[in-house]
Formats: sequence, C-alpha cells, structure tokens
Amino acid sequence: MNASLMILEIIVGIAALGLLLVDLWMPVSQKKFLGYAAAAVLGIVLIYSFYAPQFSGLFNGQTQLFAFGNMYVLDPLALYFKRFFLVAAIIVLFMAVEFADRIDTGISEFYALILFALLGMMYAASANDFVMVFVSLELITVTFYVLTSYQRAKQASLEAGIKYLILGALSSAVLVFGIALVFGVSGTTSFPRILAQNQTLIGSPIFLLGSLMVLCGIAFKIAAFPFQSWAPDVYQGSPGPVTAFLAVGSKAAGFVLLLRILFGSLPDVVTHWPHVLIIISGISILYGNLCAIPQRNLKRLLGYSSISNAGYILLGVAALSREGDVAVLYYLLGYLFTVLGAFAVINRITRGQENEDISLLAGLYQRSPLLALCLTLSMASLVGVPSVAGFMGKFLLVMAAIQKGAGDPAYYILVFITIAGVGISAYYYFGVVRAIYFSKNATDLSPIPISLPTRMIIYVCMAGMIYLGLFPQAFISLASNAVKVLHG
Amino acid sequence: MSLLTYILGLPFLGALLVLMIPGNFKFIIRSVAQLVTAIPVLLAVWMFYNFNSAPGVEFKYDQMVSWIPSLGISYHVGVDGINLGLVLMATVVAFAAVCVSNEIKVREKEYYFLLLIMIGGIFGAFCCLDVFFLYFFHELALIPTFIMIGVWGRGMNRNYATFQITIYLTIGALIALFGLIAVYLQIPVGSRTFDLMGMTNYFRAHPIALNSQHFIFPLLLFGFGILVSLWPFHTWAPLGYGSAPTATAMLHAGVLKKFGLYMLLRIALPFLPDAAQSWLDIIAVLCLGNIVYCGFVAMRQKDLNLLIGNSSVAHMGFVFLGFASLSLIGVTGALIVMVAHGFLAALTFALSGYIYKQTDTLDMKEMGGLLRKLPFIGCAMIMAMMAGCGLPGFANFAGESLVLFGAYSNFPVMTAIAIWGALVIGAIYMLRGVRNVLHGPLSEKWNGVVDASSAWRRVPYILLIGFLLVFGFCPSLLTEKIKPSAQAVLNMAQRPVQPLLKKAPKHLPIRVK
Repeated sequence: MNASLMILEIIVGIAALGLLLVDLWMPVSQKKFLGYAAAAVLGIVLIYSFYAPQFSGLFNGQTQLFAFGNMYVLDPLALYFKRFFLVAAIIVLFMAVEFADRIDTGISEFYALILFALLGMMYAASANDFVMVFVSLELITVTFYVLTSYQRAKQASLEAGIKYLILGALSSAVLVFGIALVFGVSGTTSFPRILAQNQTLIGSPIFLLGSLMVLCGIAFKIAAFPFQSWAPDVYQGSPGPVTAFLAVGSKAAGFVLLLRILFGSLPDVVTHWPHVLIIISGISILYGNLCAIPQRNLKRLLGYSSISNAGYILLGVAALSREGDVAVLYYLLGYLFTVLGAFAVINRITRGQENEDISLLAGLYQRSPLLALCLTLSMASLVGVPSVAGFMGKFLLVMAAIQKGAGDPAYYILVFITIAGVGISAYYYFGVVRAIYFSKNATDLSPIPISLPTRMIIYVCMAGMIYLGLFPQAFISLASNAVKVLHG
Repeated sequence: MSLLTYILGLPFLGALLVLMIPGNFKFIIRSVAQLVTAIPVLLAVWMFYNFNSAPGVEFKYDQMVSWIPSLGISYHVGVDGINLGLVLMATVVAFAAVCVSNEIKVREKEYYFLLLIMIGGIFGAFCCLDVFFLYFFHELALIPTFIMIGVWGRGMNRNYATFQITIYLTIGALIALFGLIAVYLQIPVGSRTFDLMGMTNYFRAHPIALNSQHFIFPLLLFGFGILVSLWPFHTWAPLGYGSAPTATAMLHAGVLKKFGLYMLLRIALPFLPDAAQSWLDIIAVLCLGNIVYCGFVAMRQKDLNLLIGNSSVAHMGFVFLGFASLSLIGVTGALIVMVAHGFLAALTFALSGYIYKQTDTLDMKEMGGLLRKLPFIGCAMIMAMMAGCGLPGFANFAGESLVLFGAYSNFPVMTAIAIWGALVIGAIYMLRGVRNVLHGPLSEKWNGVVDASSAWRRVPYILLIGFLLVFGFCPSLLTEKIKPSAQAVLNMAQRPVQPLLKKAPKHLPIRVK
C-alpha cells in the first residue's frame, strides 16, 4: 500500500471536512469568504503537485506508480487531469463566492460540496479498477445532486436537481450492472487483468453487453447521445457556478474515465464495434447543434452546446490514436477557459434577473466592454475562430479523424458531419455576439460594476483562451506526454 | 525581419491602437487606419519594383519562425511571382477601402478595428507560405467580414445575406481544410510539415498515390470553389456583396475571394496533378457556368450592386478557364485576371458605394443622367465598366486574352463560348448599366447629388484606375515576374499522368521456357 501517492486527494479531502468544521465557528457575515480559503488551499495543492516528493518517481522517468493493489494509478495522464480539475475548481470557487448572495443558507456546505466533487474527479483521473470508477463517479454525481438543487427557493433549481437525480441514478444503475457483468465473466475488476483476458473474453456476449453498459454510464457523464437529455434542463436550472463546474469538471472526468477504460481495459470492444463511438459522436454533434438553434436561454444554449462539444471531443476518442487523445486533452483545456469565461459573464449579468434570456445581453457592450469582450471571445472559441483556443482544438481533432480516414471511410463521414455542425453552430453563437453588440432594443444602459474576483476570473479565462490559441506548442507537448501511457 | 512581416503586422498593430483610442476621437482613429494601410502600399510598391525573378531562391523576402514544431507549423512569409502581384493588389485595395470608409458614421471605432483585422488577415493570407497559416489568416479575415455585413450592411436582406454568406463560406473553408489536412497527412510521420516549400519538395520527389489524389482533389476544388463562388456555388456572392458596406465588398470581392484560386494554384494543381488533369474538363464546363450563366443573370439585374456582384462572379470563370488550360500562357493570364479583377471589383464597388451614399438607392430604374451631376465619379464608372467588358488598355484585357489564348488549344469550343460570354454578354450588361445610371434624362430628385470634389476623395478611384491602366499598358511588368514561378507550378502539374501499372510489381514472375 502506497497511500502517500494520494497526497493531493488527501489534502483536498481534509480541506473539505475542515471547511465543514470551521463553518461552526464562523460568524454568518464572514462565511462567504471561506471560499477564498478553500481556493487558496487548492492553489497550494496545485503548486505542490509539481514538486511533491511522493511523485519523484514520475518526474524521474517512471511512467506509472500504483497504490492500493493497482486500484489507484498515478501517471502523467492522471496528473494532467488532476491539475485540470484543480484549476477548474479554483475558478469555480471564486465564482461561487461571487454567487454567495444568491444562496440562502449553507454557503460553506456549498464550498465543501464543490471540494467533494473535485475529490471525486481527482480519483476518477487515477482510476485503474472498475470499483474505483464507480466510487469516484458516485462521489461526483451524488455531490452534484445536491449542488444542482442548491437554490431551494427556485423551482427551476429543484427541477434540475430531480431530473439529474433520476437520470443520474438510472445511469449509475446501468454502469454498475455493466461492471457486474464484466466482473461476472472475467472474475476481476482490475483494468490490467481484464486487459490481459480481452482476447478470450471478446467472444462472450455477456462481456460485450457489460462493456456497452459501462460505456453508456460514461456517456451520461459526458452528456453524449443517447444520454444527453438531462443536460439542457440541468444546465438551465442549476446555480451558475454549479453549471460551470458540471460543464467543465464533470465532463472532463467522464472523458478521462472513457480514455482509461477504452485503452486500459476494454480495447477490443471498440474493435468489435468499430463504429459505435463514431455514431455517438456524429449524432451528438448534430443533435446538440440543431437543438441549440432556437434557444433563447443562455444557460440552456450552453447546455446544448455542451452536447455538441461532447460530440467533437468524442471525435478524438473515436480516432483511437495518440493524435486523437492529444487533441482530446488539448480541446478540454481550451474548453475549460472558454466555458468558465462564458459562465463568469452569465453569472454576472443575471444577477438580480428573473431569467437568463438572451435579451439580457442587449447593450452589454455599452454597459461593460470587458464582459462583452470575454463573452465574445468565448463564443468565438466555441465556433473555432482562429487565434482563440477552440480553433486549435478543433483543428487537432479533425486532423486526428482524417488521419484514420484512410483506413475507414466512416471517419470521413464524421468529419463532414463535424463540418456541418460547425457551420450550424456559427449561426447561434454569432446570434449571441449579435445580441451583445447590435441589439437595438436595449432598455437599461447603466454600467455594470464588476467586482475584483469576477474581473480576475475573466482575465484568467481570456488569457487562457488567447494563449492556447496563439501558442499551442507547450500544451500540445504536455498533452502528448500525458497520453503516452495509453499507447504503450 | 522580412518586409512582408511589416506589411502584415502593421494592420494588426493599427487594430490594437484603434482599440486603445477612445471612441470619440474619430479623426485619430481614421488617421491611424489610413496610416497603417498607406505604409504597406509603399512597401509593396518598393518590393514589386525591386523584385527580380532571378533563378536560385524560390521565394524572396522570406522569413521563417518555428511555431508548432511538433506539427511542422511555422510562421513563414515570402513572395514569388505568383503572390507578388496579389500582395501589391491587396495593399492598394486595402488603402482604397479605408479611404472610402468615411461613409461609416456609426460605431466607427469597432468598424475600423474589424476592418484592420480583416485587412491584416488578407495580407497574411497572401504573404504566408505555411498552409496552416494561410488558412488561419483567411479565417481571421472572414469573421470580420460577416460581422461587418451584419452591422454596417444595407438593404432589407441584410440579415439573410449575413447568414447565407457565413454558412456558405464557413462550410466551404472547412471542406477545404479537410482537403488540406488530407494533403498534409500524405507526408510520412517525422517529416510532416505544413510549409509550402517543404511540401513542394516532398511531393516533387514522392507523388501522392492516385486514389488519394482522386479523393482529395474534389475536396479542395469544391471547398475553395465555394470560397471563389464557382458556379453553381455562387449564390452567396451577389447578395452578400449587395448588402455589404462598401469597404467590405471591395476587400472581399477584390482580394479575399482570390484566396481560393490562389490555394488551388499553390496546392491543388501541383500536388495533385493526376487528379487535376482528370478534372480539367469539368472545371472548364463549370467555368462556363460562371461566364455565361452569371452573365445572363447579371443582364437581368435591376440593382446596380447585384449587377456588379454577378459580373464579379462571372469574371471568376476566366481564372478557372486559365487553370483548366494548364498551359503557361493560360495560368499567367489567370493570375493577371486575379490581380486585375481585384482592382476592378474594388473600383466598381467603391463607385457604387459612392452613388448609393448620394442617392440612397441602387435601383437602376430610378437613376439616370447622373453623369451630369457626377462628372468624375461617372467617368470613373464608365472606365470601370469598360474594363469589365475587356477593353484593351485595361489590365483585364491583358489577362483575359492570355487566358483565351492559353485555353484555345485544349478547349476550342469552350473558349469560343467564353469569348462570346465575355464580349457580348459582358458588353450588354455593362453598357446597359452605364446607360441606365449615367445617361438619359436627369430626374429632379437627384439635384442634391454632389461629385467627389476634393482631391483627397478622388485618391482611391484614381489609384485603382491607375493600376488598371499601368498593368493594362505594360502587362510585362506582371508577366515577366509571374512566368518563372508559374512554370515551376506547371512543371509539377503537367507531369505525365501516372500509369496505373506503375503500382504493380515491376518484374512479373513470368517464366520463359
């Protein structure tokens, strides 16, 4: 047993529990500032992850370190995602502090739940065993049941919570059933051991059924077709910071698990059904983009956009190649800054408003050029305009798919679907931009004051989007190094 | 630093400056925009004058900075005979476009910011020698185009036109990107590069396999074809230009649209010669669609801008015909048409923009007799229309006649129809346009119309006509520079078609007893 490898998770877990304790002594008026303390701890953990002596093996060239009888793996891929989740959680915590006045009671529990969700994501990044997969996913999902319905006074928030609970429980059931079937046939839940038996197991229909059910459980997490239906409702109803964390963290956790399972445990399933990922990806892209066209609610629009983005990222996974996985990691990083930037703006402009209608953006350009610029950059990045992160990400994804196209023309069809999807998405993303700059019916033109933390989030997200768009080399090498473990 | 880096960096620098200047200093914003587009004109003229196509170095003024080494992407600029004229044309049109932008009276700061980004993207799209960056800059120039049409555009159909042009061009560009990546992936891992020189060298030594060529070529042809308004994918163009603000129409119709043709010549023809040769006949037929069909459509137009838009689509046909000829004369002619049409399209859209500002309509039925009120603009209009139907003395004549000479040996029938389309149909709609707008009785309601009186207002028109005349009277200024580079492209494109049997084992095990 080598528990010291989990030092990052341990600190985060202690911080979350500590937060709950400190809450007891904190005067009510000060409670909201606990979020900064939590963010500071995460910042320290993030920095520590680069220097931790426990990881020295990794820094010195070892590829994988194991703990708990190979259930827990630490490798560059896990570290990449752990840092990814930490960055996302820090930004989300800042957002949550800004959001604190819209939460009636229990703000420190709100922070603590964000940390617990983060803990689940960090464990997911290191999962090397189906039990681990299930536990970490449940940790994420259960905390999100609470988080999505945190604005108890709002009907939409409760509705989002219930919908997420029912569908989430269903998908967990499917996942655990799948795991049980795989275990029943192979006699183990450990990834490497299942991998070793793959050749013999592939003939068993029960094993295939189990694998498919596992993939379905994961598809729920990343909001891919045919398990996408929760995303728009939940995105719309949840409190802003929760939606942001759901969009970035929960989706990325789903993808890291998908990568681990596909390459670490069940590679032959994909060779058995070569087109399953391609079909899921293509339909997600079309569904997300087509449904987003008529949306007027910003958060709902981003909900549909998140479905289509799941489709784009699956394009990279479906390529089953190193280039594809690099593209997935890179795209997710760009997506983090893009989506968090967009939600920072949306959270600010919906303050004191009944809904998140797109008409709120009218005159935003006069009211606050900074918010307008940030949201514009986010939309540009989601479309894939050059010089912002999304362009480079899509470029890498499409390139990975075309590379595989020589062997299987289905990839070419998928690329054409992506082209159509991007074309459609240009329509509704530009609709948002148009509302910001060119809407004629702006009623309220009073300037929007922006607090320092929101300003910081926006600067960080804009810097991230532009840096990733203009200087991708450093992060491509980082991602390329991280996915090495998946491809021998 | 290469001269080209300054040319393409200045507009971006200007855009940054504009962003920092408060919006109510309108004069300063205008001056900055004017300055950062005027200097590139001088630099480009100097470069054009000093350019010698001596053999040896393929690209002059080149500069290379590694950007994403793991993918073989680098910032690489340089000019040879093919893009030299285009860069010069781009800088002149950009300068003229800023000159005529005084018609914009709302949100000037945003307008000039977007205009300068578009201009910077356009310069990049013709200066770069890295396929990734070519695409990157083209996309960067497209986005402001869409926004400018949507915001400062005119007419009832503005929103419709914006969405149509956005979706058409986005999809066209993505299909082309698909093709470009597919070309890139033909190079084996390790030596993969997006650099045009690297790719040329590799594909010169290792031709792409036939089946891949036949797969990739249509992607490039139709992807870029949509961008160039190749018939039947041209419907976005007349309406889009009709709704666009003057400067945007000038820049897009004049310069940015040529990007697709430029890429076809740079990539599709030399790298995919076998597929290209099998598509030549189809290209020749499609280009007749542009020349004849769009010519007929132009004849029926009642709106001056739609007439110009359709005629600009019709002119693209000659470039395609020149490519289809795959001969040195034809390709040289096609390149001259590209340069000449850039000046011409910019000129006609600038003039129609001026008339629109004065009359507030472009309906030709309402106009008439305007020459009396607009002696300068009217004369410029007549010259532009004459250049459009190929009057000798304008650069268009030089280009179009070379194309027709080049195409005659391979496509005699098509050439005959194209001549008919250019001279007869072109003359009908152009002269009819002149008659309806400028001649005839002057309606009373145009008494308030004023001519471009100050010298400064006349600069853009004089500049554009001047270049048309210079290259019309001395086409050798262009042809001498184009020839060696065009020959280099054709050497690859005209390679004898790979025999299918080459793939089979050379020594078949046949035993002779």
